[in-house]
This record gives sequence, C-alpha cells and structure tokens, in this order.
Amino acid sequence: MGEGTGDNIGDMLRRVGGDTPLLEVRRVVKRFGSFTANDEVSLRVMPGEIHALLGENGAGKSTLVKIIYGSLQPNAGEILWKGKPVTVASPAEARALGVGMVFQHFSLFEAMTVAENIALALPNCKATRELSDTIARVSTNYGLPLDPNSHIADLSVGERQRVEIVRCLLQNPELIIMDEPTSVLTPQEADQLFVTLRRLASEGCAILYISHRLEEVRALCHHATIMRRAKVVAEADPANETVNTLAQLMVGNEIIRVIREKRKLGPEAILLKGLTQISLDAFGVTLRDINLSVRTGEIVAIAGIAGNGQKELFDALSGEEPVEKEGMVIFAGEAVGLMDINERRLLGAAFVPEERLGHGAVPALKLSENVVLTRHGTGEGIARRGFTRFGKAGRIVEKVTSLFDVRKGVIDPEARSLSGGNLQKFVVGREVERAPKILIVAQPTWGVDAGAAAVIRQSLIDLSRNGAAIVVISQDLDEIFEIADRIAVISRGQLSKAEDADTLTTEKVGLLMAGGAEEKGAAAA
Amino acid sequence: MMRLELVKRAEKSRLMSVLSPVVAVALTVVFAGIVFAAQGHNPFTGIWYFFLEPITSLWGVEQLITKATPLVIIALGLSVCYLSNNWNIGAEGQLTFGAIVGSIPPILFPDFVNPLVLPLMLLMAMAGGAMFALIPAKLKTAFGTNEILTSLMLVYCANLFLDWMVRGPWRSPEGYNFPITVDFHEWAVLNAVDVGGIYLNLSAPIALLLVIVLAVVMRSTLKGFEIRVLGQSPRAGSFAGFSTRRMTAFAFALSGALAGLAGVMVVMSEIGKLQPVISPGYGFTAIIVAFLGRLNPVGILIAGLVIASSYLGGEAIQTSLQMSSKLATVIQGVLLFFVLAADTLILYKVRLVTGREGEGAHA
Repeated sequence: MGEGTGDNIGDMLRRVGGDTPLLEVRRVVKRFGSFTANDEVSLRVMPGEIHALLGENGAGKSTLVKIIYGSLQPNAGEILWKGKPVTVASPAEARALGVGMVFQHFSLFEAMTVAENIALALPNCKATRELSDTIARVSTNYGLPLDPNSHIADLSVGERQRVEIVRCLLQNPELIIMDEPTSVLTPQEADQLFVTLRRLASEGCAILYISHRLEEVRALCHHATIMRRAKVVAEADPANETVNTLAQLMVGNEIIRVIREKRKLGPEAILLKGLTQISLDAFGVTLRDINLSVRTGEIVAIAGIAGNGQKELFDALSGEEPVEKEGMVIFAGEAVGLMDINERRLLGAAFVPEERLGHGAVPALKLSENVVLTRHGTGEGIARRGFTRFGKAGRIVEKVTSLFDVRKGVIDPEARSLSGGNLQKFVVGREVERAPKILIVAQPTWGVDAGAAAVIRQSLIDLSRNGAAIVVISQDLDEIFEIADRIAVISRGQLSKAEDADTLTTEKVGLLMAGGAEEKGAAAA
Repeated sequence: MMRLELVKRAEKSRLMSVLSPVVAVALTVVFAGIVFAAQGHNPFTGIWYFFLEPITSLWGVEQLITKATPLVIIALGLSVCYLSNNWNIGAEGQLTFGAIVGSIPPILFPDFVNPLVLPLMLLMAMAGGAMFALIPAKLKTAFGTNEILTSLMLVYCANLFLDWMVRGPWRSPEGYNFPITVDFHEWAVLNAVDVGGIYLNLSAPIALLLVIVLAVVMRSTLKGFEIRVLGQSPRAGSFAGFSTRRMTAFAFALSGALAGLAGVMVVMSEIGKLQPVISPGYGFTAIIVAFLGRLNPVGILIAGLVIASSYLGGEAIQTSLQMSSKLATVIQGVLLFFVLAADTLILYKVRLVTGREGEGAHA
C-alpha cells in the first residue's frame, strides 16, 4: 500500500495520529488483598487499531479490561483517554467516554426481542419503531443482519453475539472491548465477524481483542500486548510472529505439544442405538435417532455449536436423564439406558460435564468433598456402610493435584476459590485418576489457558491409548483436530456419521456444524 | 466522603461463622436496652430481668431446659430441611398432628395400660408428624407447588382439627364440657426425675441424643453429604446420583417426625391430656432457633437455650416491670434479623472507604 493513497481512515489514523493514543493505561496496579492482579501494567491503543490482549487464564487480562471499562478501580496508575487523564468510575462513565464492551457470556433476556434487549441498554430509550429501524440499518450496514423483532430464545449463539455487538455500536463507541468473541462461533461465523471488525477498524474505531486463539490473532490484529502473571511481558506485531512464538511469550516457556500416538483399537465400548429423547423443556433439544459406536483405544469427538443437543446427549450418556429404552445406550455390551449415573460409574464409566461450578463441582465444598461427589459410588471405599471417608478423598486430591499440576493456596480449598483452568484440571483429573474404561467429557478445555489445555488434552489421549473409550463433546475445532481419532457433528439433535479425523477439514466440519449434519444424519439413518 | 464497602471473601471465614451469632446476640441486647429505655425503664435493669434473672434460680434453669427441649428437637429436623433447600414452615402443624396421632393409645384405648404404651406413643407421633409433613412434600414434587405456602397453611388445618377433636369426638365425658380429653394414664405421661435439684423428664436426654446423632450424620455420613450437596447445587447433586425428589420427601418426613415427637412429649410431660392449644408456637420459634444455630446441631442446642430464655424473660419483665410479654416475640424477631444480617460477615469483609482513598486511586 503506497503512502498517501488514503485507502481508509483507520490506516491513515494509525499512521498520522501515531503520537496520541486513543487509550493509554500507565503503570496501573490492582491488588485484591495480598494478591496483585495487575502490576504496573501499561497499554497503548491507537485509533483504528485492532489490539490483541493475550495471556493465560489468571494473567490479569480480565482485571485490566474491567479497570478500563470502569467496573474495577485501580490502586495506582492512571488512564488517559485521547491524551487526557480520566477517571472511569463506572461502566456508565466508560460508555459516556466512548468505550463499549461485548462480553464473553451474553447478558440478554431470552424471552424478550432483540429491540427490547437493546433498548434496555440505552439511556431513556424505549423499544420504538424508530429504534427497530436503526437496529436494522446499523446491523445490515456492518454485515450483521438481525431482525429487531425476533426473540432472543430463537436466535443462534452467533446471532446473539450480533445483538451484543449492535447494542454496543448504537452507543457510537470509539473503542470496543471484545472478550473471547469467537469461542462460541463456527469458523464461518468467525470469518464473518472478522469482516465486521476490519470494517469498524477502517472507520477509526479501535478494538481491544481478547482471545486464546493465536491463529486468528495473527490474522486479525495489528498489535499485541502480552501479559503473564499480572505484568506486561511483551509487545509484538502478531503478523511477524508464529503461533508458537506467541504461545511461548504467553506461557513463558516451551509449551508442551500434545503427542498423539496411533490408536490400538479394542472392543466396542460405547454403543448408541437409535437414541431418541423427546425434550419436554421449552428451550431443550430433542435428540433424534442417534447412532454411534466407540471402541476402546479411540477418542471420538462430537463437534457442534452450543445448544444443538449436546447437553441432552451428555445427560443421556451419563444417566442423569433416563432414556426411553435400556438398549439405546450400551456400555461394554451391557444395556445401561435405564441405569442411574452411579450404576454406570460402577461399570467403569466416568463423566465430566461442561459446567465446572454447579454441575461438575459444588462451589462451596472443599476439593476432598468434591471427590466424594463423583466417587462415592464407584466401589473404591470412599463411602462405606453409609459413612464417608474424607481422609481417603483427601489423598485422591493430593494425587490429582500433583498429576495435573493443580495450583491451590491451601491444602484443601473450596472449589470456587480455584481459577477456572485449575478447577477444570481438577474436575478432569478427578475422573482420569480413576482410570475409567469409558469417559464422556464435555468441553474439556473451555476457557482454559494453553498450558492447562495441553495437560488436559494429553491426559485424555494417554487414557484412551491405555484402553479407554472416550467421547469428547466440544465446540473447539482446534481441540477436536488435536485429539480426536474420529469426528461426528451434532446439529439440532441429530448426529452425523463419525468419520476419520484425517479425512476431514475444519471447513467441512464447520459446514456440518452450520446445519449440514441434519441431512447427513438423516441419510445415514 | 466515607462509605462502607462489602468485599467478597475467597473462602468462608471460619472465625466469622462462629462469631456472627455472638455479634447478633450482642446487637439484640443493645436493641432490647433501647426498647427498655424508650419505655421509661432503666435499660440495665430491663436487660437483667429479661436475659439474666430467669436463670439465676434452679427452677429457672429447669424451666429453661423444659422450654428449650421441643425447640431443639424441632429445629434439628428443620435444619435438615433448610440445608437441603426445602422450606418447611409448617412444623407447628406437624407438631399438632403428631401429638394427635400419638395420643390415640391413651384416649381410644384407656384400658391398655402397659409400659409399651410410652414408646408406642412416641413412635406413633413420629409417624403422624412425618405423614402430615409428606403432604407439602408430595405437592412440591408432583405439582411444583410452593412448599412454604402449603406447609404454612396446613398448620391451620392441624390446629383446627385438634380443636374439633377435643370439642367433639374426643371430648372427655368427665370434663364438665370443657374442651379437653381424658387424662392420660400413668404409662402415657413422662414423669420428671430429680437431677441435682432440677426436675427433668425423658425428653431432655432424647433431645441431647438427637443433637449428637445428627451432628455425626451431617459430619461423616453419605446422607449428610447428600443433604448439603442437594441444598447447595441440585444439578451437582444429580451428577452425584442423588435425587432431589427423594431428598424432599426425606427432609420433610424427618422434620415432621421430630416435630411430632416434640409435640407428643410436650403433651405427655406438661399437659397430660389434649386441649385446644398445646404449643406456644414452638414450631414457628424453632425456625429462628434453626437459623440462629447456623443449621448446625450443636449450634441449635445453644440457640434453643438462648431463645427459651427469651420466653422466660418475657414472663419476667411482665411480673417485674409490668411490661408486655409480647416484647419477647419482638426480641426473637429482631434476633433473627440480626443473625441474617451478621451472616453477611461470613462471606464478605466490610471495608471503610474514605473519599480521599477513592480519588487517590485514579490520580
């Protein structure tokens, strides 16, 4: 691109206005008690720049973002907006300055329409026809088509994210903070989002982009600030880095590569025969004629966008929701469809649900008590004659902690005091340590940093190679291609045929996720 | 500008778990002092008569234990309900119904005089209370009705049923038309025994035994674990293979049984027959006892004694200061209020933020 061709405002601003950053954070310190979450952190975001903020879980990214967005106040340091020192006392003040935020977890009311949800966020605004027109105009303008009158409950996750983005755009922001925006999107939806983001940047809007996906950071971002243990450790131009060098900057040392040996297939361990489960819940998904066979020694991944029946499938496999006929679910030759979860565990099965807190673990209970939670009925003597043996559970905690490098402050902390990544390592480790013959795991590394994810994925592969049959339900295609031997896709409660991972590409799976699986599933049946 | 800020703790504070009821009791005493002063009494005299004077005599201690016993027994059952997230507000009704069922042997079979009658009455009262408590439990699991409402409403059903029974079918022919049943025979009453100057009947040691049993169950059995897990996180409970429905039935049945037991023992020791009113609201007051005792068996034992003393205190200020004994109810309510407020300290730290500090952070 030649100098002065003026191809777009963003490029010009980045070149011309180079000396005055839109946002500058100087030596910000934030302490929570004795714990320092941000230690003299500095950050400069230029107008029209897509700026990546990278770091492992617990590196301090969220704290920094919350300070910028006004939901936390720093203990020291200053924030400059367009060169002037400012105090951001609340998110409302941040929005008044021109800072918008799109959260990782959506804050939308499912029973209300798009326009009503957006109206709620705007000051003194009602869901008028005028607003609907504005929404329709802005959303089509930015390639985010939305019907203002549709109900949130009827929208896909990608569409819900559009609502969040449009809501943010209507406040005319100059800086948009995006927290892991692609974690819930199909590859195609993510590409669509990148087009929008580039368009916004070209108009001069800066974007602070938080992501674990280094490949997309390389493709999208102009600049990256990398944090590790509460400090900024590096600045980089992502285009000049490789995924590996970026990951190294984040983790601080060579990250463990997941090693996948060739599988040695054993007998069939998990068999689903025409599994059909009518959902009685208004927001639930009905499972239709699901067929799947998994043999010991292999990992079969079930890809799919959230809310396409993964929860229902997991419940049917775990026994939390009994299925219609006992022969629909068969573990190691035994029909288990009518068995409860502990009877299935007794047969050598183990389960790791998607939600760590509140499903996989009780937040206010200690880790040892959370060991009792899933292992009291496995015949290991953790509960005997009605009495629980917390001492034995405590020893399992120690074993899991050392095997999976779970970092904790005290010997036996409450589950909720662990960071997301550490708790996930514990929840997976708790089951893997049992050496189950069958493992069903949902979103094993959701929201977990690269280091912890590698540990978890390697443990799943090792378990399968030692003779376990594993089903991984995941939305993360990188993860799926890293660990799965075969891949099936779930879409609207139907499952496509599981095919060899080597014969599939990300694009192909992405298409199946976006709805192609239904025809395939129907054809296979 | 100064303001108080609540900062969430990473873990529950053990110190505050123990200290918060103490803080609540202290605040209640201060509040009571203010009430006495507002009524024109010396606050210290008032506090002395209300909180301390009743337990300065052996007779007072005996009364204290007698009043605390049913409160503790009922609150133990309620604590299991509340810990498992079942809101049984109807212990008063379960107490009444249990007492009615437990009184069947001496009333309908007055000639069956036998040492077996005593345990039989206790067991029947427990069964009756449990059955009555299972009504709201069943309604909850089958139809999703709110157990707070149904269990509370059933209190009035039970009390009116008792009223009708003692005025109608069970009225004593020798009772001069008073609404009372026949007097219970010798094996249908709990006799008091002299224990170092205090006269106690069987119900106090039973309460103590139940405290110990429940403490062990909650601390080191799978059932206790199940109760806590299902109360905190039903989804995690079902992941552990526990059933919320079965727990609802279990918790209601247990608390109903204990309320029935407490009810029949009150009848067997203090009254010796059935009459329209058999309880001064033990079933409702036990709710306060359960929470004041942190839903912990030993805590409930202590809380039961504290609350029982407020009953005695109410009587004491009535005789000594000519104040209304209703003040006891006020103080019980205020105590619950302070207990719930002080509980905040377990999960949160209170921090004083001054204006200067707040501004300094951004400068």
